[in-house]
Amino acid sequence: MLDIKNLKVTVDGKAILNGLNLNVGPGEVHAIMGPNGSGKSTLANVIAGRDGYEVTNGSVTFMGNDLLSMAPEDRAREGVFLAFQYPVEIPGVANIALLKEGLNAARRHRGETELDALDFLKLVREKLKLVEMKEEFLYRSVNEGFSGGEKKRNEIFQMAMLEPSLAVLDETDSGLDIDALKTVAGGVNALRSEDRSIILVTHYQRLLDYIVPDRVHVLAGGRILRSGDKQLALDLEERGYGWIDTVAA
Amino acid sequence: MNTAIKELGELVGREYKEGFVTDIEAETLPPGLDESVIRFLSGKKSEPDFVLQWRLEAFHRWQAMECPEWAHVHYDPIDFQAISYYSAPKRDEDRPRSLDEVDPKLLETYNKLGIPLEEQKALAGVAVDAVFDSVSVATTFKDKLAEVGVIFCPLSEAMVNHPELVQEYLGSVVPPSDNFYAALNSAVFTEGSFVYVPKGVRCPMELSTYFRINALNTGQFERTLIIADEGSYVSYLEGCTAPMRDENQLHAAVVELVAMKDAEIKYSTVQNWYPGDEEGRGGIYNFVTKRGACRGDNAKISWTQVETGSAITWKYPSVLLEGNHSTGEFYSVALTNNCQQADTGTKMVHIGEHTSSTIISKGISAGRGQNAYRGLVKVLKGAKEARNYSQCDSLLMGDRCGAHTFPYLEVKNPTATIEHEATTSKIGEDQMFYCRQRGLSEEDAVSMIVNGFCKEVFRELPMEFAVEAQKLLGISLEGAVG
Ligand SMILES: Nc1ncnc2c1ncn2[C@@H]1O[C@H](COP(=O)(O)OP(=O)(O)O)[C@@H](O)[C@H]1O
Ligand SMILES: [Mg+2]
Repeated sequence: MLDIKNLKVTVDGKAILNGLNLNVGPGEVHAIMGPNGSGKSTLANVIAGRDGYEVTNGSVTFMGNDLLSMAPEDRAREGVFLAFQYPVEIPGVANIALLKEGLNAARRHRGETELDALDFLKLVREKLKLVEMKEEFLYRSVNEGFSGGEKKRNEIFQMAMLEPSLAVLDETDSGLDIDALKTVAGGVNALRSEDRSIILVTHYQRLLDYIVPDRVHVLAGGRILRSGDKQLALDLEERGYGWIDTVAA
Repeated sequence: MNTAIKELGELVGREYKEGFVTDIEAETLPPGLDESVIRFLSGKKSEPDFVLQWRLEAFHRWQAMECPEWAHVHYDPIDFQAISYYSAPKRDEDRPRSLDEVDPKLLETYNKLGIPLEEQKALAGVAVDAVFDSVSVATTFKDKLAEVGVIFCPLSEAMVNHPELVQEYLGSVVPPSDNFYAALNSAVFTEGSFVYVPKGVRCPMELSTYFRINALNTGQFERTLIIADEGSYVSYLEGCTAPMRDENQLHAAVVELVAMKDAEIKYSTVQNWYPGDEEGRGGIYNFVTKRGACRGDNAKISWTQVETGSAITWKYPSVLLEGNHSTGEFYSVALTNNCQQADTGTKMVHIGEHTSSTIISKGISAGRGQNAYRGLVKVLKGAKEARNYSQCDSLLMGDRCGAHTFPYLEVKNPTATIEHEATTSKIGEDQMFYCRQRGLSEEDAVSMIVNGFCKEVFRELPMEFAVEAQKLLGISLEGAVG
């Protein structure tokens, strides 16, 4: 599904990723953990195609395509989804309007017809249940005045609507209380499927109690320093990131 | 410059789509302005003598006035003797009675502009009084309006058929002495619309006029007069487009609204004149005086405008709140791109008691566009318990444009409640990326974000107009991308 080889990325001339390798197969859930500033969001943003990151080396292949040569919207339409660490507010643009435009753009891209208003609404109602979101959020401006938890829920709701092949969730757990965390995790679990890969970027092990990953990677110094199963996350929790540094050194 | 901003710059640099000229032979007066020109104009329309006298007086006042200068608008001096003050489609004496009689070339022009009269007639139930240069060529739906007693006709016709109404109200809101361009307009106005809605009548349809400047070097001096008698309601839509030109064209219109007791006038404008090329060559100079008077108690006047055109725009739709409990509203979206300059705003003058006004202004600047909002809220001594709410938001696209906000307050009565909010924001790279990550193209993302910014204004527009306004903003902002 996703194959990242020797990825090197700089921001404003500063090296952030230094030869990162990662392979995520169809249906797999991978967790990427690492201390603050280790480059987790950088990786997520490079996958999604955000401006301002210079790829100086390596390749990112998604379902056989060279992802790095594609515009962000084409990646999205091909099924790459990013749940943002800090979802941005867009005043005056209804949540549902953005979603409808995005969904229909993807459908056109796939040669499908656009959903009519009725079918769209039906789909929306079904997916809202998944993250226990109230319908009123649809008509509010994108993320405007949403609480931290509501923003994260909204991201997962959008993921449910867009049905991506690859979802990168950037710290979707941060800022959630335990009930919200369970709800969001429940939503993500419901979206796990054989043909959908998920990358969970997180800081804490806590999320992985609810979404059990197939693989866990530790990112530090711009590289994956260690990979393992979910036990790795538990070890990390116990010993802290300093442990990885000593092991690596 | 970072790449996101550069891309936005490319996005907003799209060519004006409606630049073409219809080659109908125009009967055009040679350039120049003196008394004989004014007598010619007046005679051409067989105007009553009081109108001629009024014009001449305005002309003499104008001669004594100085062309104004404004801090945030820069342009070369205009040579008023180099402008021709009359141009009309040739067959003026033989004006068409119905659309079938209209010169097919004219209709073709309108069609290119996306103003199919026939379709509009059938579809929207909108009466259209289309102005082609200085003469009205098609007026529809007159009969239906006549049934309820609404008069909707060219001002020149009203001067002949309803001289008593014209004499009573012409210049009663914007007197010729008001300002330089109002005086000029009063002297040489050639066309425009006249609306009278009788007592208690709710005008059964939206009234609409399309203005279009066509003949080379011909200034346009429309004059519109709308009177809503006691307890009546009317919604008037004005839309403008102009073909591409090398020389700057002057436009100095006057719009006067009079709302009597319990009457309401809603005046909406979508303006899409040629703004000039990327270097600022060509384009329309738009100096307009628009003012409404709430003459009676509980009267309401509401201005809504979406401006995407013109090289230079200077206009302040205003409301004189004379009646007690009268209401004035101003909703505005002004977009400036490339070298466009806009200096717009409103004046709300609170005269009666318990009068209230609302001002929502959205300025969008892109390219090297300069956008200035200038608002005056004036509360006179007798205006007990007056209220005003003003909100001025500016959106910047790129880092070469500017937004300036000048709110002026003159409050002579301490019981007034005045609120003012202002924000300036940039279309963020983060907003763009968020939209694109959800699958939107760059153009759709810009359009969606900008339309979101303008939402509070768009929802004041009549439905069909709101759609047109959104499209216009889209056209004005879309670029060569894709
Ligand atoms: N747009 C940016 N401009 C400058 N520095 C950045 C930018 N984005 C990230 N960085 C830097 O790159 C490093 C990695 O950041 P990030 O990927 O956000 O880490 P994480 O998500 O793991 O906390 C940090 O040192 C951060 O300051
Ligand atoms: Mg991060």
